[in-house]
Amino acid sequence: MNERSERTVQNGDAALSVKNLWKIFGRGADRIVGTPDAELSRAELKEKSGCVVGVRDVSFEVAPGEVFVVMGLSGSGKSTLVRCLTRLIEPTSGEIVVDGHDVVSASEAELRELRRTHASMVFQHFGLLPHRQVIDNVAYGLEVRGVGKKERRAKAEEIVGLVGLSGYERSYPDQLSGGMQQRVGLARALASDPSLLLFDEPFSALDPLIRRDMQNEVIRLHRELGKTMVFITHDLQEALKLGDRILIMRDGAVVQIGTPDEVVGAPADDYVKDFTSEVPRSHVLTLKWVMRDPRPGDSTDGPVMSSDTVVRRAAQAALASEHPVRVVDDGQLVGIVDDDAILRVVVAEEEVSA
Amino acid sequence: MTATIAPPRPQAGAEPPPPSEPRSLPRWAWALVVIGVWIVVWALTKGTDTLEIPVRVHTEVQQQLTDFRDSVLASRDTNPLIQFTYSLGGWFTDVVDWAQRMISIPDFPRPVPQIGWLGVTAIATWIGLAVAGWRIALLVGASFVSFGLFGYWSDSMDLLIVTFVAVVFSVLIGMPLAVWLGTSRRPWVVSMINTLLDIFQTMPTFVYLLPIVLFFGIGASAAVVCTLIYALPPIIRVAGHGIRNVSPTTIEATDAAGQTSFQRLRKVQLPMARKTIVVGLNQTIMAALSMATIAAYVDGPGLGKPVLSALFKNDVGGAFVPGMLIVVMAVMLDRTTTAASEASERAARGQVDLRLRRIVLAVTAVGALVAVWASRTYISLAEFPETSWGPTLAGWVDDFTEWFTDTFRGATDWFKNLISDYLLNPLQSLIAESPWYVTATAILLLAFVFGRARALLPTVICLAGLRYFGLWHDSMITLTMTLVGTLLVMILAVVFGVWMARRASVDLMLRPVLDAGQTIPPFVYLIPMLALFGPTRFTAIVAGVVYAAPVAIKLVADGVRGVSPTTLEASRSTGATTWQEITKVQLPMSRSSLVLAANQGLLYVLAMAVIGGMVGAGALGYDVVLGFSRSEEWGKGAAAGISIVLIGIMVDRICRAAAHDEAVTHDATRRPRWRAALGG
Amino acid sequence: MRKMRIGTKLTAVAAVAAFVLAGCGDGGSIDEQTEANESGAAGAGDCGDLNMAVNPWVGYEASAYVVGTVAQEKLGCKVNYKDLKEDVSWQGFGTGEVDVVIEDWGHPDLEKKFFDGSGDGSATDFGENGNVGIIGWYVPGWLAEEHPDILDWNNLNKYAKEFATSESGGKGQFLGSDPSYVQFDEAIISNLGLDFKVVFSGGEAATITAFEQAQKNKEWLIGYFWEPQYVHAEVPMEKVALPPYEDGCQDDPATVDCDYPETPLKKIVSTSWADEGGPGVDLVKNFNWTNDDQNLVAAWITSDGMSPADAAAKWVEENPDKVDAWIG
Repeated sequence: MNERSERTVQNGDAALSVKNLWKIFGRGADRIVGTPDAELSRAELKEKSGCVVGVRDVSFEVAPGEVFVVMGLSGSGKSTLVRCLTRLIEPTSGEIVVDGHDVVSASEAELRELRRTHASMVFQHFGLLPHRQVIDNVAYGLEVRGVGKKERRAKAEEIVGLVGLSGYERSYPDQLSGGMQQRVGLARALASDPSLLLFDEPFSALDPLIRRDMQNEVIRLHRELGKTMVFITHDLQEALKLGDRILIMRDGAVVQIGTPDEVVGAPADDYVKDFTSEVPRSHVLTLKWVMRDPRPGDSTDGPVMSSDTVVRRAAQAALASEHPVRVVDDGQLVGIVDDDAILRVVVAEEEVSA
Repeated sequence: MTATIAPPRPQAGAEPPPPSEPRSLPRWAWALVVIGVWIVVWALTKGTDTLEIPVRVHTEVQQQLTDFRDSVLASRDTNPLIQFTYSLGGWFTDVVDWAQRMISIPDFPRPVPQIGWLGVTAIATWIGLAVAGWRIALLVGASFVSFGLFGYWSDSMDLLIVTFVAVVFSVLIGMPLAVWLGTSRRPWVVSMINTLLDIFQTMPTFVYLLPIVLFFGIGASAAVVCTLIYALPPIIRVAGHGIRNVSPTTIEATDAAGQTSFQRLRKVQLPMARKTIVVGLNQTIMAALSMATIAAYVDGPGLGKPVLSALFKNDVGGAFVPGMLIVVMAVMLDRTTTAASEASERAARGQVDLRLRRIVLAVTAVGALVAVWASRTYISLAEFPETSWGPTLAGWVDDFTEWFTDTFRGATDWFKNLISDYLLNPLQSLIAESPWYVTATAILLLAFVFGRARALLPTVICLAGLRYFGLWHDSMITLTMTLVGTLLVMILAVVFGVWMARRASVDLMLRPVLDAGQTIPPFVYLIPMLALFGPTRFTAIVAGVVYAAPVAIKLVADGVRGVSPTTLEASRSTGATTWQEITKVQLPMSRSSLVLAANQGLLYVLAMAVIGGMVGAGALGYDVVLGFSRSEEWGKGAAAGISIVLIGIMVDRICRAAAHDEAVTHDATRRPRWRAALGG
Repeated sequence: MRKMRIGTKLTAVAAVAAFVLAGCGDGGSIDEQTEANESGAAGAGDCGDLNMAVNPWVGYEASAYVVGTVAQEKLGCKVNYKDLKEDVSWQGFGTGEVDVVIEDWGHPDLEKKFFDGSGDGSATDFGENGNVGIIGWYVPGWLAEEHPDILDWNNLNKYAKEFATSESGGKGQFLGSDPSYVQFDEAIISNLGLDFKVVFSGGEAATITAFEQAQKNKEWLIGYFWEPQYVHAEVPMEKVALPPYEDGCQDDPATVDCDYPETPLKKIVSTSWADEGGPGVDLVKNFNWTNDDQNLVAAWITSDGMSPADAAAKWVEENPDKVDAWIG
C-alpha cells in the first residue's frame, strides 16, 4: 500500500472544486433545480416530470496531488458526475473549477483548451481509435492541439515507455490485450501532461489479475508524476487501495466523503455500512479506530506505533508482545491497543468471509 | 480477493417494471376481426364507389400536372434554370464524349479510339493490381476480355464511363449529405432526409425520365443524371448510418482530448465508418448499373442499349448476353471496391512490403504502357477482333429458353391460374372492389392494430394522397399485387434463408446466383416469363419476386445465422428436432431480420410495378408507362408514380411502427436493430 | 517474392498476347486509316451531321438505317443514331438533338405542341414515307383456320368464353397493347356490345410473345396488332373485320364503333435543320418506300440476326434504282 500524507484543501488552491452540481436528464430539466420538485426522490420525479436525476447537489474539493475516488453502484450517477467535470455531459447547474478555470461558463474554445491541457480522461472501454497505431493514439491529444508530427511522436514515445508499452508503438489496438489497451488509454491521457486525470471505471472491464497490475501501475504513476486524480469505481477494494479520500454516491447524491478508514470505521449510514461490511477491516482500519484511552495502570513495555498504522500490520507485533501496544503520535501517547481489540477486528473479518 | 460489490439487495426503482399484462386479444385476432367485418361490408357494397377510371381518362389534378409540365416545356428557351441545367448537361455530355473517344468510340479521324482494347484492359488490370492485389487484377482482366469476346466492347466501356461519372458525382453530392445525416443531432433533419430518400428510391424512374430530358437534354447527359439520381440514396443512407454508429465511447474519449468537431469528423468518424462507407459506395455502384437499361430509353450510352433493342425484337439470347455482361461488370466492381478497401487497410497497417510493391507496380506499369502503345499502333489490338462467342451463347440461351418454356408452360399456366384464382383475384376483389372509403377505413384500422397510434398519421396522409391523385382503383390493384408478391418473397426468403444459414455450402452456391438476380436487368428475363405466364398480373408478380427475393433471402440468412450459438446448443441439449430448432428457436429469434426482409421485399416488389405494367399487369405500372409514352398523359403517369411512392411509404411506416411496438412490448431494453439498419 | 513473380508474369502474358494478336490480326495500320479519313473528310460534301431518332420498333429501325446508310455512304453525312421513344424524339427537335423522325404514326398532341401555328414550330411535317400503317384486331392463324367465322366481329360473342383468362374476370380477354399506340378498343367493345374486357399487355414485346405462344400452343387469343410488323413473317395472323372505317367515326373517343383507318406514315423533321438545307434534307424529303421493302429489311434484322446497319447496306446495294431516285 502506498504511503499517504494527509492533505487538506485550503480555500482557493484546490485542483478541482465542485459546488452544488446538478445534472437532470430530460425535457425542461433546467427548470427543476431550486424548486420543491428537486427534493423529490428519483422515482417520484420521474413519475411527475419524466426527468431523471443523474447528479444531485454534489459538492467537493480535491487537493493538488490527491487521489480522489468516487464510488457507488451502477446507476448511482458517478459516471455522469465525472463527465460533467469536463462537460462531456452538460451539467444542469452548479459550479466547477479546474485549476482556477471556471468550466461551466467556459466557451467552446476555452473548453477545448481545458480538455487539451488541463484535464484528461481514461475510459472504461478504452475508446481507442482502431485505425491508428498505438503511438498515434497516444499522440492524439497533441495532434488535435496542433503539435507537429515529429514532436508529438517523440513525446508519445516517451509516454509509451512510461506506461510500459515500449516495443508496441506500431501495433494496432486490436492486436493488444485488454490490459495493454488500457495502458494505451492511460498513455493518451498522460501525453498532454494534464494536471488533472479523470478515470471512469478504467479497470472494471479487465481480468482480476490484470486489474491489480493496473492499479499498481496507477499508484506508481501517481508517485512518479504526482498528478491529481479523480477515480471512478464501483469496486470498494479498488477505492480503498487507491483513494486518499472516497466519495460515496447513491441515487446521484453524496452519502459520505472521507478517508478509507473513516468510511470503514465510521460509515455514515446503513447503506455505507452494507457496502463496507465485507471489507477485510484489518487491512483498512488503523490503530486510531481500535485504541482506547490510556489508563494509569497500562504497561509501558508494549511496542510503540503511530495511530495511522493499519491494524493488520500492527497485529503480529502486538500479539507477539505480552504488553499492549502503545499508540504514540508526535511523541505523545494517544492511546493503548489491547490484544482483544486487535483480535476483534481480525476475527470478525474471518466470520464474515466464512 | 477483489471484492467487487454486488448489489446487496434490489434497490427500489432500479428494477425494470414487470412486463405489462398481455392485452385481452392478441394483435392477429384484432386484425382478423377487422378483416372479417371488411369482408361482410364488401359483400354488401362491392363494385360501388371504386373510383375506377378508364385508361385514357384523367382527372383534374392529373391534367394540372400535365399543364405544369407543358408550361415548363414551353418556357425552355427563356427559363434560366433550364438554361443552367442544360449547360450542366452539356458539360456531362462533353466529359462522357471525351472519355468515349479515349476508350470506346473512334476518335475521328482515327478509325479507332485513342486507346485500344488491349491498352484499356492492361490499364484496368494494372489498377486492379495496384489497389487490390493480383487476384482482383485477374478478375478485372478477365472481365474486360469477356466484354470484348462477347462482342460488346464499346457498349461496355460506355456503361463504365457513365457509371463512373455518375458515381463520382453521387459521392461528391452524397458524402456531405451523409455527414449531415450522420452527425445531426436534430431528429427532424434525420427524418426529413430519410423521407426524401424513401421518395427517391420508390419513385419509378420513368416518371422523372421525361423531366430529366427536358432539363438536361438527350443522351449521355440524361443517362448520367438519371443514374445519379437513382444511385445517390444508398451512399447517403448507408454512409450516414455508418457515421452515426461510430462507437460513442471513442467519440467521447477523443472529445475529452479537446478536438474540434471538424477534427472529430475527419480523424475519428470518417475513418471509423470507412467500412460502412465502402458498403454504401458499393450499393451506389450497383444502383448505378441497374439503371443501365432505363438510361437506354433516353439514348444513354452503355450495355442497356443492346438489351433494350433485343427486347423489342423479342430476342432473348440477344438481351441475355449484354445483360450478363452487366452482371459481370457489377461483380467486378463490387469485388474490386471491397478488396481495395481491405487492401488499403492492410497497407496502412504495414503488412505489405512497400519496396517490393513499388517494384512490382513499376514493372507491371511498364508492361501496361507497352500494351497501350501496341493498342495505339495495331488495329487488331485497338478494335476487339470479332468472335462468335456472343452469338453462340445467345443461340444456346434461345434454345434453352425455348425448350424450357415449351416443356413447362403447362405447369406454369396451372400454377398461375391457381395463384390468380385462389389468392390474387379474391384479394384484389376485396381491396379494389370495395368502396374506396371502406378500403381506406379498413387499412386505417389495420394500421392501428399493427402499429398503434404512431402508424396512424402517415397512413392517413398517404391514403389522402392516393385519393387526391385520382388513381385509387389502380393503386389498390397495385397494392394487392405487391402484397401477394411479398408473400411469395417471404416464403422463398424463409426457405432459402434458413437453408443457407444452416449449410455453408448452400450459401456459397446461392450467393452468386442472388447477386446476379439482383443486378441482371429485368428486361432480360421478361420475355421468357411472358412465354411462361402470358401477359398477366402474375408475370409482373414473378418479375417482382425475382428482383426482391435475393435481398430478402440474404437478410433472413444473415439474421438466422446471427442467432446465438449458445442458445442453439441449449435447445439441442433439450433434444429438439431440426424442425423444432428452426421453428422454435431460429425463426423466432431472428424475428427482426424477418420483419426487415418483409419490409425490404415489399419495397423491392413495389419498385418493379412499372416493369409489371409492361407485361400485362396494368394498374399503376401501366399508368406510368402510359405517361412516359404519351405526352398528353404525362400528368397521369406522374400521379401514378406519386401513388407508388405513397403506397411504399405507407406500408413502410406501418411496418416500422408495428416492429417498434413489438419491440417495446416484448423487450423493453432491446432497441430494434433493424430500425437502425433502415435508417429510422 | 510471390507477388513479384505474378506481377511479372502478368506483364509477360500481356506482352506476348499483344504481339501474337498483332501478328495474326489483319495488320492494318491505324496511321494509314487516319490519313485516309482525314483526306476523306476534306473531300466530303457539305452534308454535316444528321441526328436520326431511332424509335423502338424494328420497322422503324429498318427505315432509319436505310436512310442513314444512304446519307453516310452516298452523301458523306455524319449520321448519329439516337435510341429514343417518340415523345422524347419530338422534344429533341427544338434543342437540335434530333433532326429526323422517319416513321410517325400520328401524334396529334405532339403536333399541337411542336408544329408551327399551335405550337413552338420546332417540328415540320415532311410528308409521307410510303409505308401504310394498318391497325386492327388480330387472331393467331390457327384460330382463323379452325374457326373461320371468327374473322367477323358479329361472331365474337359466340366465342367470348373461350377467350377468358385469369385476368379478364369471366369475360373474354382482349389483349390491348403498348400504351404508345392509338387504341380505342375499350370503346369499340362497349359500343359494339361485345362481352370482352381489355387487358393491356403494356408493351410490344409482351404482345408479340403472346401471339407467338398462342400460335405455337393453339391458345385462344385476340388482340390489337398492326402492320407493317416483322413478326407477321414468323407468326401467321389474321385481321378480324370490324365495321369499316368511315370519316369521323373515330373523332369522339367515347363513341368509336368502327375499325381503325389505314394510316399513311409520315416523316417529321426539325424545322431548323430543314431550313439549313443540304443533301441530307433532300434525301429525307425524297425518301419513300413500301411496306414490303420495310418488311424485308426488318426480317433480315430479326430472323437473320443481321445488325441494322448491315441489313440496310445490303438493301441499299440491291436496290440502286430506288436509292438513286431519293438522291435525285
